[in-house]
Amino acid sequence: MARVLSAVGLDCERDDRHLFRDLSFDVASGEILHLTGPNGSGKTTLLRRLVGISSVVDGDVSWFPDSPERTAEPCEKIWYIAHRPAVTLLQSPLENMAYALALHGIQVPESVVWDALETVGLRGFEDVPSHQLSAGQQRRVALARLYLPLEPDRVRAWVLDEPLTALDIEAVDRLKVRIIDYARAGGSVIMTSHHGLDSETVRTLELGAAL
Amino acid sequence: MTFLPLLKSVFRREMQLAYRRRSDLANPLLFFLIVVVLFPLGVTPDMTKLADMAPGVLWVGALLANLLSLDLLFRSDYEDGSLEQMLLASLPPTSLVLCKVWVHWLVTGLPLTIMAPLLSIMLGLPGNALPLLMLTLALGTLSLSLIGSIGAALTVGLQKGGLLLTLLIMPLFVPVIIFGTGAVQAQVAGLPWQAHLAMLAAMTTGSLALSPLLTVAALRIAVGD
Repeated sequence: MARVLSAVGLDCERDDRHLFRDLSFDVASGEILHLTGPNGSGKTTLLRRLVGISSVVDGDVSWFPDSPERTAEPCEKIWYIAHRPAVTLLQSPLENMAYALALHGIQVPESVVWDALETVGLRGFEDVPSHQLSAGQQRRVALARLYLPLEPDRVRAWVLDEPLTALDIEAVDRLKVRIIDYARAGGSVIMTSHHGLDSETVRTLELGAAL
Repeated sequence: MTFLPLLKSVFRREMQLAYRRRSDLANPLLFFLIVVVLFPLGVTPDMTKLADMAPGVLWVGALLANLLSLDLLFRSDYEDGSLEQMLLASLPPTSLVLCKVWVHWLVTGLPLTIMAPLLSIMLGLPGNALPLLMLTLALGTLSLSLIGSIGAALTVGLQKGGLLLTLLIMPLFVPVIIFGTGAVQAQVAGLPWQAHLAMLAAMTTGSLALSPLLTVAALRIAVGD
């Protein structure tokens, strides 16, 4: 199966503590990599290194190493939803979605965006300024982009940092189903979470255990 | 999506945010107004003396007002995580930064420039110096915003970056104010002013070319830590 991500020899030391040392792994398409580990074990740092915005981890990360065209920017094909969900509080969910899509160069009809917001349970809140929403609703604004019906090769991997926090039980279940469906359709997911995920395609990588 | 529509949506977002944050943006303008109004009251009501000082007072007021607004340039985007997404966007981050700085100038530098002639009456600046005053302020505030964005990016990761920002950026602001006031003062004194203006324009174009690169580098450091 085609590799989506290949990480070799990742090494992170913070404040004289080795968070992880010589960490190497591949992620294939259709695979879910579930990072686990106690708080402070470097899960977020690792994810940030994978998407290329962390400067504190040594090692090599290459996205889509098997794909022949290397010209395309890898971040265009990845959804990265960080712990800080990049929801601008002065903007409505609709405006936030439009901006997130624009930054990725994705054009979809507005009705599709409305549908995605409805799926995450933000119907009726589309035009409310996000600072009036609850913490869970604000996270849903960021997560709504995962429910867009995009072609499989448009966004090929999701990198999710604690996507299930602040969500209610129903939303957690819905997102788990969505993640598994996405992997079944050929997408790859790399996520951290303290919740378990039941699927045969999930591979768990535990950080902070070998120390 | 091609480059231009993308940039347009970034521009639209920045303008929208500026409009919704308009009370924050009114602060530098009010500051500028107050500084200039207090000068005749505090120093001297003598119009000829004031006229000598006018270019300098207007420029200092505009510079400090600009400095006051810089801290907000990247702060809220940093705090809600939008900055990370911008660095991962499918268009070059330099163009995004340039867009943000351009909007910053539109909502601070441009209003300051437009307010200046009105306030210059209070300082007795000769009317024939007004076009040049506005031109130098327009160019100057643009280069202040551009240079200031480097400092704002360097200090965005700090909780209280305001003081450090001022210390870092002030030396770089000095040449801008020297040539900006120099041009206006030369014209008031009947001397050739073209060289001052040319230097100011050169600094603006120079910072236009260099500062986005440095700002993006600084933002990567702030976000990457």
